[in-house]
Amino acid sequence: MKKLRFLATPYLVWMVVFIVVPLLMVAYFAFTDKNGQFTLENVANAGQYTNIFVRSIWLAIIATIVCLIIAYPLAFMLSRMKKHHQGTMLMIVMLPMWMNFLLRTRAWVTLLGNTGVINTLLGFIGLEPIKMLNTEGAVVLGMVYNYLPYMILPLYSVMVKIDQSVLEAADDLGCNYMTKLFRVIVPLSLPGITSGITMVFVPAISTFIISRMLGGGSNLLIGDLIEMQFLGNAYNPQLGAAISLVLMVIILLIMTIMNQFDPDDQVLM
Amino acid sequence: MPKMENIISLRNIVVEFDGEQILKNIDLDIKDKEFVTFLGPSGCGKTTTLRIIGGFLTPNSGDVMLEGKRINDLPPHKRDVNTVFQRYALFPHLNVYENIAFGLRIKKLPEKEIVKRVGEMLDLVNLRGYEKRTVQRLSGGQQQRVAIARALVNRPKILLLDEPLGALDLKLRKEMQIELRKIQQALELTFVYVTHDQEEALTMSDTVVVMNNGHIQQIGSPTDIYNEPVNAFVADFIGESNILNGSMPRDCLVEFCGKQFECVDKGFSPNETIDVVIRPEDIKVIPAASAKLTGIVESVVFKGVHYEMIVDGVDHKWMIHSTKAEPVGSMIGMTFDPFDIHIMKKTKEEN
Repeated sequence: MKKLRFLATPYLVWMVVFIVVPLLMVAYFAFTDKNGQFTLENVANAGQYTNIFVRSIWLAIIATIVCLIIAYPLAFMLSRMKKHHQGTMLMIVMLPMWMNFLLRTRAWVTLLGNTGVINTLLGFIGLEPIKMLNTEGAVVLGMVYNYLPYMILPLYSVMVKIDQSVLEAADDLGCNYMTKLFRVIVPLSLPGITSGITMVFVPAISTFIISRMLGGGSNLLIGDLIEMQFLGNAYNPQLGAAISLVLMVIILLIMTIMNQFDPDDQVLM
Repeated sequence: MPKMENIISLRNIVVEFDGEQILKNIDLDIKDKEFVTFLGPSGCGKTTTLRIIGGFLTPNSGDVMLEGKRINDLPPHKRDVNTVFQRYALFPHLNVYENIAFGLRIKKLPEKEIVKRVGEMLDLVNLRGYEKRTVQRLSGGQQQRVAIARALVNRPKILLLDEPLGALDLKLRKEMQIELRKIQQALELTFVYVTHDQEEALTMSDTVVVMNNGHIQQIGSPTDIYNEPVNAFVADFIGESNILNGSMPRDCLVEFCGKQFECVDKGFSPNETIDVVIRPEDIKVIPAASAKLTGIVESVVFKGVHYEMIVDGVDHKWMIHSTKAEPVGSMIGMTFDPFDIHIMKKTKEEN
């Protein structure tokens, strides 16, 4: 295998040029002022957006939990289907991902708007329109809709490896549905749960398109804030870099906590 | 000796998958404290029958009775039955101790009782000192023992074993056969065992149930099954056999290969065509000059205890087991005693 190591060189170069160097640049900007002098001011200024941080984390957590609740039974059913049905179902799960992200999200605007499809239908049956667009709920909905496949796929790929006879053994040893779920299926699918949570939570916490389109101006998220520092009127790359850095630290912290549940490190129960 | 009381009864069990009948009218009684083995080639319905007893499968029609009560619709976790699965199906997220304790924890037994009963099981299957091991780090034989302990710790009335020794090497398999038999006798349990290995079935069982094509072919003790097979399928499946077409001109006289032989069977209608079965070890080699049947030795294979010879006898290729090898190409004579000729009614090819 040693001889094949050189094959990793292109990726190593890629990693250094496009991951390590940009990260160092973000750190450099975060800790310098416009004249290139070292300063902690940017990081301190990021602190004034605590409410936006809290809202971003909160909405991302809700979206992740909703994804998990929807995806878990779905992934399990998928994993127990006949092999050729699994393929078809997986394709249906993936199908929305083949469509452009912006388009998918824009479609919800048409559905949820005050004069949108849903409210028009409600009007037909004589109901008052409901304000759905530009709410936190709409943002969560957008996140769930866009990131659900990222929860289903890792769950499915772990669950499909659970041997049917292990589940039968659980039945045989006296498990009802609940005990089988919590003592066998959940512990065995834990790697899928942690990676699913990671794959939904990380993009959800840093998204800006979804909040912009479905949340209106009042539901600003960290992603929007960062974007504004680089592309918007508030142009301030140093502050943007500092906010990004803080966000990274928060994500790292949450991931470290998540990894405490890694099944390889401990015996459950 | 086993008590003569039925613990499980299957009545007219029919199972269909996708319109195909897997079990066709299975009727069977299993006695308490008995070691019963379902024996047959793959696809004969033996595992399906076991799954019906375990509750993993509901028959399309027929009754499953446990101690006289109909349990067709009782789910597995409510049956006093535990299973040792084909590839053990241990819980990969639990260590040896927790795997064995699993059933007791589900039943919410007090911790003291769990410690005591798991301890007994660890002693029974010789796994003291392995409590903290993860099951992936065990050998096949050890995993097997954990699977047995995990099932037995629940003190079931019946233990179902689905080809449990299939993945083990020959030597380990033989050891485990004896061990399983010992456990069954020591705990006085009913064991229902599934295998396609006829030797395993004969070694361990009180009763062997030979199955083929979703039908029970024969039920009997290992000696009965071996010595008195009811048809050519059983004879062929239980050990090697010479099976020939023949007829019976009258009682105690059978005709095959154009010759007539004395035998001990009676009660067939005159000139009814029948199957004649002769075990390879029952054929004696004699000088060709004084023999009714002769043939030319085609091949000789050394099998350890005996030589296996294929002898070309014009109408039939004979298989002979003998401790003495004859040279290939030589002409030999063959003879057998009247009671070694087994006569069987022709079975209609059922499907």
